[in-house]
Order: sequence, then C-alpha cells, then structure tokens
Amino acid sequence: MINIKFNGAEYAAEPGMTILEAARANNVDIPTLCWLKHINEIGACRICVVELAGPGSLIASCVYKLTKFDEGKNFLTHSPLVLDSRKKTLQLLLSEHNRKCLSCVRSNNCELQTLCKELGVDDETLYKGSNGLGVDIDDSALHMYRDNSKCINCRRCVAACDKQAVGVIGANYRGIKTDINCAFDMDLSSTACVSCGQCINVCPTGALSEKDNTDAVWAALADDDKVVVVQTAPAVRASLGEAFGYAMGTPVEGKMASALRALGFNYVFDTNFGADLTIMEESNELIERVTNNGVLPMITSCSPGWIRYCEAYHPDMLPNLSSCKSPQQMQGAMIKTYWAEKMNIDPKKIVSVSVMPCTAKKFELSRENQSGQGTEQDIDISITTRELSRMIEKAGILFNKLPDGDFDSPLGAGTGAAVIFGATGGVMEAALRTAVWKLTGEDVNSPVEFKEVRGVEGVKTATYKAGDLEVNVAVASGLSNAKELLEKVKSGEMNLHFIEIMACPGGCVNGGGQIIVPSKIRNFTDIRAERAKALYSLDVSRGSLRKSHESPDIKKAYSEYLEKPGSHKAHKILHTKYSATNLSK
Amino acid sequence: MAMKKCSLPFAGTDEQEKALMAIIDKHREIPGALMPVLQQAQEVYGYLPIEVQDIIAREMKVPLSKIYGIVTFYSQFSLNPKGKYKISICLGTACYVKGAGEITKKFQEKLGIESGGVTPDGKFSVEECRCIGACGLAPVIMINDDVYGRLKGTDEEIADILSKY
Repeated sequence: MINIKFNGAEYAAEPGMTILEAARANNVDIPTLCWLKHINEIGACRICVVELAGPGSLIASCVYKLTKFDEGKNFLTHSPLVLDSRKKTLQLLLSEHNRKCLSCVRSNNCELQTLCKELGVDDETLYKGSNGLGVDIDDSALHMYRDNSKCINCRRCVAACDKQAVGVIGANYRGIKTDINCAFDMDLSSTACVSCGQCINVCPTGALSEKDNTDAVWAALADDDKVVVVQTAPAVRASLGEAFGYAMGTPVEGKMASALRALGFNYVFDTNFGADLTIMEESNELIERVTNNGVLPMITSCSPGWIRYCEAYHPDMLPNLSSCKSPQQMQGAMIKTYWAEKMNIDPKKIVSVSVMPCTAKKFELSRENQSGQGTEQDIDISITTRELSRMIEKAGILFNKLPDGDFDSPLGAGTGAAVIFGATGGVMEAALRTAVWKLTGEDVNSPVEFKEVRGVEGVKTATYKAGDLEVNVAVASGLSNAKELLEKVKSGEMNLHFIEIMACPGGCVNGGGQIIVPSKIRNFTDIRAERAKALYSLDVSRGSLRKSHESPDIKKAYSEYLEKPGSHKAHKILHTKYSATNLSK
Repeated sequence: MAMKKCSLPFAGTDEQEKALMAIIDKHREIPGALMPVLQQAQEVYGYLPIEVQDIIAREMKVPLSKIYGIVTFYSQFSLNPKGKYKISICLGTACYVKGAGEITKKFQEKLGIESGGVTPDGKFSVEECRCIGACGLAPVIMINDDVYGRLKGTDEEIADILSKY
C-alpha cells in the first residue's frame, strides 16, 4: 500500500493501480473520453488529466500507474488548471465536430455532450474549425452507419474491432487529417466486417449508430391490410429496462410484452419459442453427428456475427457449423408457415418484425437460404433493443407504469432453457438439458443445471457423462476467444464434440444492439454478468418448465406440423447453408 | 464513399512478388517487423498499392486496416508510383511566401491529381518537397532534373511548362 492524496485528503492505494482507478476506489470520478478498461488504454484524449500539486504538471490519469515513488504525492482532480485544460480539449474537439445535437440519435446519451455541459463549454463559436463539413457518411453496410463529422478520434471502435479479431477499421493519416476509416477508405460493406456492432456500443458520440429501421415498422403498424407480428429475443428483456431507469440486470419481460401491444402489434411472440425449437433441432443434429461419425466438433449457429466471422476468417470450419437457422429465423419461418396456415392468414400479408440485442440480425434476415416458404423473407424487419426503446418513448408509452403482459400462444411460450440463450453458455446448457436427457435414455431425472458452462470467462470447457458417452464441450464468447479456441481445435490440442460460439463478449446480453452504457459505468461494472443474472433468474422462475423438449407448444408444433426433429419438413423450414466469403480483411 | 485506389493499374511482376515473399519470410516470426517489411517492399515496387498491402496483410497476419494506417501515417511511404516526369514543388519558406501553395493547387487542378498522386497514364506525378536551395529563384519547381524558377503561377505558364514533356 502507498499513501497518496487527492485534493489534499489522504488515501491508500495499491501500487500498480492507475491514478484514475485509485481515485474511483475513493469515490472521486475522473472523466474520460478514450479510455475503455482492458480495451483502449492509450491516454490519447487528455480529458482525464489531473494536476500534480507542486510542479503543477498535468498527467493522464488513465495510464499513469502508481508506484512506491508516488508516496505522499498530492493529485488535484479539479483544480483550475485541470478544469481549464479539459475545457480547452473539448473546445478543440468541437471545432472539428458538426454539433448537430438536436437531430443526433445519441443526444442525452452522448459522452461528449455530457462533458461539454459539465464543463460549461458554451463559447465554441470562438473555435472555428472544419466543423465536420465535407465528411462522407458510410452507410454501405446493412446494419450501421459511420458519420465521421461526429467522430472525436478516440479509437475506441478501432480497439473494440481489434478485440473481436476482426480489425477492419483503423486510424488513417496523421495529425489533423486523422480519419477513422477502413483501409483505402473502402466501404464497410466491402470489408469482412462481421456486423457485431461492438464498435457502436463503445462509441462515445453519435459517430457510429445502427441503421434505424423503425420507420418501416411505424408504416406497417399504420397499415390496416397488414398483420404485424413481433418477436423478442431472450436478451432484450435483460437490457430494455435500462432505457427507462431500471437498474442493470432487471428483467422487464412482462412490461416489454405490454409495451409491444400498446405500440399496436397484432401478435406478440417470443423468440424463446424459436430458441426451444433450435434446441430440438440442434440437439438432434448433435446426436446424429456423434452416433453416425459426422463432422465434429459441431458448432452452434445462433449468432449471425459468428457466422459471418466463420465464413470470412475460418471457411475451413464451415462443415462444423450446425445447419440450424438461428432462433430469430426459425421463429420467423414458423410464423409464415405453421402459424399462418393455422390462423388462415396469407403469409404475404404478414409483416414479421424482430426485436434483437443484435445489429448482425439486420444482415442475417436478408441472407440467402433464409426463407421457410421459398419466396418471402422469414423476417421482414429487425430492430435493436435501442430502436424499440426509442419507439416506446416516441409513442408516449409510460413503460414503468405498464402492467406485466403475456405473449401470444402458440409461438409465445418459452422454457427456461430458451431464456438463457442470451448469456454465454446458455445455448450449450439448454442443448445439454435436452441432449443428455435423450442420451441417458430419456430418464425424467436428467440434470437441469450445467453450471460449468456459465460465467463471463472467454473460453469455458467441461466434460459431461451422457449414457455411455463422455461429451466434451467448450463455450467461447467474443471473437478473439473464438479464434483462440478454433486454433486449438484445428491443431488437435483440444478434442471436442460440441462448441458454442457467440460473437459478442458475454453473449447476446452484451450484443451490439443493446442499450448503450456510458464508459463511466461500463468501465466499473461487468455488463455481461449483470444482465446475465436477469436471464438466469427468469430461468428459475419458469419452475418445472426448464427443458426445451418439455414445452407444450414445442410438442404441439411437432405433432401438428413438423413431425419430428430433423424430419424432411423441419429441414426445409428450419435449416440453412453457409458459404465462404472473400471480403477485404 | 470513394475508395482511394491507385489510378494506375498494378503491374507487379513475378520476380517482384518473389522478392516480397523473401522479405516477408525473413521477418515473419519477428515481433514488430512490419516497418522493415513495408520499407523493403517499397524498395521492390517503388510504392505500396493495395495489391502489395494485401499480400503483406495476409502473410504477416495483420489486418489490412493496420497496414494502411501505418502507410498513410508516415510520409516516406507512397500509395502511388512516381510518374515518368516527377514534378517536385518546393514548399520551403521562401517559395511558400512567394505563392508555392497556389502553384501546387494549379498543378493539381491541371493534372487532376492530388499531391502524392500520379496521372492515369503514368506520365506525371506531383509531390511537395522542402527547400531545394534555390531561394533566389522562388517560387521554384523541379521536373525530374529541370528547374523552373520565378514562376507567376498563371494557367498559361503551367500549360507551357507541361507541354514540354
């Protein structure tokens, strides 16, 4: 322990802590713009400067690690020198910024705007720069746009993309000309971007944002000729509440269903049904591969970001991918076939909307081989958790006052196995609940919880006994972890039967479409763990319904329509294909 | 968005590629070896077009975006080959105050290329340079070894100079 001072008051700090962390541990918040813990620690933005009392020098507190030589030093976190420096930095940033806050999607949730307000930066007209004029917006990708007239060159997105082992954006040129862009200024859609949206989640301003598809939803809702149906992914209910003041990790399943009805959707379904269906098909595929010498290890295919990554970066692993469509697509396919037939509705009249924690879903719905009936898309519009929160606000729905509502049957009920899909390890655990039950001779006492595959570690491994078989499984979330795991599989270092991979670190709860958490909170909270808690509590609350094969709606769908898992019909509607891509890496 | 690709088609030879692969093989396992690889690759090709950067990215297992970031950061690296006639415009202090900035713009407009660029026929390239030691002739330019001084920067004058090549 060393003794240092903040603003004259004595504190104890651990050597190796940064000044910023030590201050935070002592309830002093130092503002930052570029710093993201473990992801972007480059000390570039100079917002976090503190003054060393005595010499009066300014130090970037986010990268300065305390040692025994700092014993007794007094750091001033809000002296006139510090505040003046921060203000000047902001003024310079604003001179290159377009300052169109009124029309910005991040207004009121923008770290630059917040700091400008806190530091009283209101004389920005004195600092005339380019103001972001003449900057092109890259809207080539299906899932997002980049508007560099709002970019502050903090490089958080670059670091997040590198952390995903993708790295298709970087800092080009130098000094005042520095530009965050793809190589050779090529369109994002020409690169092997996997559409995960992690860059959007870490952007402090409105420079990066999802493509807003809510206009199409509003238009469909206003069209009396259309039957507008909606489904919500498991992870959405773990984050949506944050937009309405609920603590992180509060499940808002019931209020979300009520809000969707209040918005005017004709039928409110739950992707959890699609998730249970995925487990039925996927566990069947796994058992077939294991017993018939199929390609192993089998890898899950729920995460479209992961699929994009596999197609571009590891095409040799495509035969290992499960042929199952993702839950969104299975749900969509069942809506336009099974449900449409059952309800006697022309599928062409259905507008099928999905609410997802994910930006890659906007890409997935237009992929080839994603139509259950061969013509129409299974899903028409996919919006993110953020877009749904904005729709609720726009419609004036008092979310917090809504009663807890229900989903429509038969595509609205999901088991506990389905709801944990949103957390890393959840799909694996759900699949094990059904596969182990099947392999052990369908004994009703097969285990429910497989805790070894839970938690936020990047790679988890476990071995389970199922009948005569020992099943080796692994779970990876975040694409750099996936890459590490795949390399071990390819080299033969790991011998596995089944792998779950999610593109986003922590799984869908931390997806690129979730409510944006400012770095002030993100740097000191484990978003992945907090939101996962919401899903595991919902799993337990399902009581006796925690295995996909026990769902009454699933049983009904097979007896009335799909026959059995892996049937010809199931293959036609619920399975898909993949192909290698050759985009710029 | 417009992709910043070299206006001149890539004409790399098998020998050049062989030389590049030899450079890469020598540096493959060395951490932080990207800079010498890029420097030596530029010696082989004279510039670093996307085709060359793609090979380096793939072989060194570094994203193309990182390589492009480095190449555009350092002014010693070039994305374009030099033209048959290399126009160097002096932007030293004396030339600058005598209007070399305007002359640069004129040449860029006339040839339709930016500084560091090359015309699609490979004939002319334009680059800015520092003091060439002929301040008495400011503003001054060089085309290969020919020196042109006391320029007025009129359209006729520039057209006249270019017509000699």
